[in-house]
Amino acid sequence: MSLWRYANPVEFMRLSGRAMPALWALTAACLGAGLVWGFFFTPDDYRQGATVKIIYLHVPAALMAINAWIMMLVASLIWAVRRHHVSALAARAAAPVGATFTLVALVTGALWGQPMWGTWWAWDPRLTSFLILFVFYLGYMALWEAVEDPEKAADLTAALALVGSVFALLSRYAVLFWNQGLHQGASLSLDAEENVADVFYLPLLLSMAGFVLLFVTLVLLRTRTEIRLRRLRALELRAGRLAEEVA
Amino acid sequence: MSALLARELALTLRAGGGAMQGLVFFLIVILLVPFGVGPEPGALSRVAPGTIWIAALLSCLVTLDRLFQTDFEDGSLDALALSPLPLEAVTAVKALAHWLTTGLPLTAIAPLLALTLQLPAAAYPWLVAALAVGTPALSFLGAVGAALTLGLRRGGLLTGVLTLPLYIPTLIFGARAVVAAADGQNPVPALALTAALSLAVLATAPFAAARILRIQIR
Repeated sequence: MSLWRYANPVEFMRLSGRAMPALWALTAACLGAGLVWGFFFTPDDYRQGATVKIIYLHVPAALMAINAWIMMLVASLIWAVRRHHVSALAARAAAPVGATFTLVALVTGALWGQPMWGTWWAWDPRLTSFLILFVFYLGYMALWEAVEDPEKAADLTAALALVGSVFALLSRYAVLFWNQGLHQGASLSLDAEENVADVFYLPLLLSMAGFVLLFVTLVLLRTRTEIRLRRLRALELRAGRLAEEVA
Repeated sequence: MSALLARELALTLRAGGGAMQGLVFFLIVILLVPFGVGPEPGALSRVAPGTIWIAALLSCLVTLDRLFQTDFEDGSLDALALSPLPLEAVTAVKALAHWLTTGLPLTAIAPLLALTLQLPAAAYPWLVAALAVGTPALSFLGAVGAALTLGLRRGGLLTGVLTLPLYIPTLIFGARAVVAAADGQNPVPALALTAALSLAVLATAPFAAARILRIQIR
């Protein structure tokens, strides 16, 4: 009995099908509780006023934008090494979700930046590296779309995910060399002496948990869709071959 | 390997190979900038380093299709893959030939074009040095991008979408060296980083590109 059992599409569909309703419920609970608590039941910041509340969307989205790419990379590597199709499809399914989180982080950041920094956009290292990450997501999705043979597409995108990871990381540090930033340091970190104040901390954690769950749920949902599309394609091919034999 | 290099160079340099096209493209991109920015020397000299670098990036990009595409279409790539020469070496030689016909001539005429963009005099040696050191990375990274989109319909645009983001670090370091020299700062750290990045790319990109090519011709 090992984890790899669920690399079998049938087993995967069975397990994920059973887990979906619970995952949806848990996502809604965490996200709803975190956001409602954060938006309506925490005080305004003494300097930032109500704009501080965007933190409940911005920070979790930024967190998941990066983690989605890491998950995509790991899934791609599993595909490259063990050739489990579910893994390749999960990587494919994660890309649009990750790209959306990146966009959410950029847009919420811009909305907060306008009143706080006085500008929608600055070529700050963090902002710039997120834009670069977004471009890498777009390229990855474009390559999946462009290659017709599914197995080849999975191999090529896995290679791109690997090369892209190296260069996204490299760009992250190259932009530090290029420009000094406006963006503050991390709001949360395990080894920092001072984190976000406690009143904001708990709803933020809840909202982060909600975003993680939302990501897992969406990726599972999209992977299930991809598997069904594969099955549909296989059925169509078989039907076509049968029709040929009859004729 | 030298025979392959000679073949690649001959194919590019002889009639119909289009060796000049990358260079002409470079010239045209630079020509367009004063129309966009305005002819004031002050404005031009500020954007000159970045302009020349971005023009170099673009002319490397538009010539990438000759790396593998024709060999892929007429089957030479299969023959090369079956030859005793490892595919990694084939990729490296092809990227080198691409650099010799794109990056190197471009580095040679860059000072002349920098003159028209009013680049400050102190920056010329550093411009040439940065391009000479940085453009090999563009050709070798280009090999990865070209391999990824090999044989695709409408692959040309996708090559740009996939390759240009990979060029960002090279652009940052390479252009930074020239800007620093133009502003009277020390350009050596940026140039050293350009060189380091270029060496790392030269050492690793052929392996990545060859692996991708094996997927393509499987």
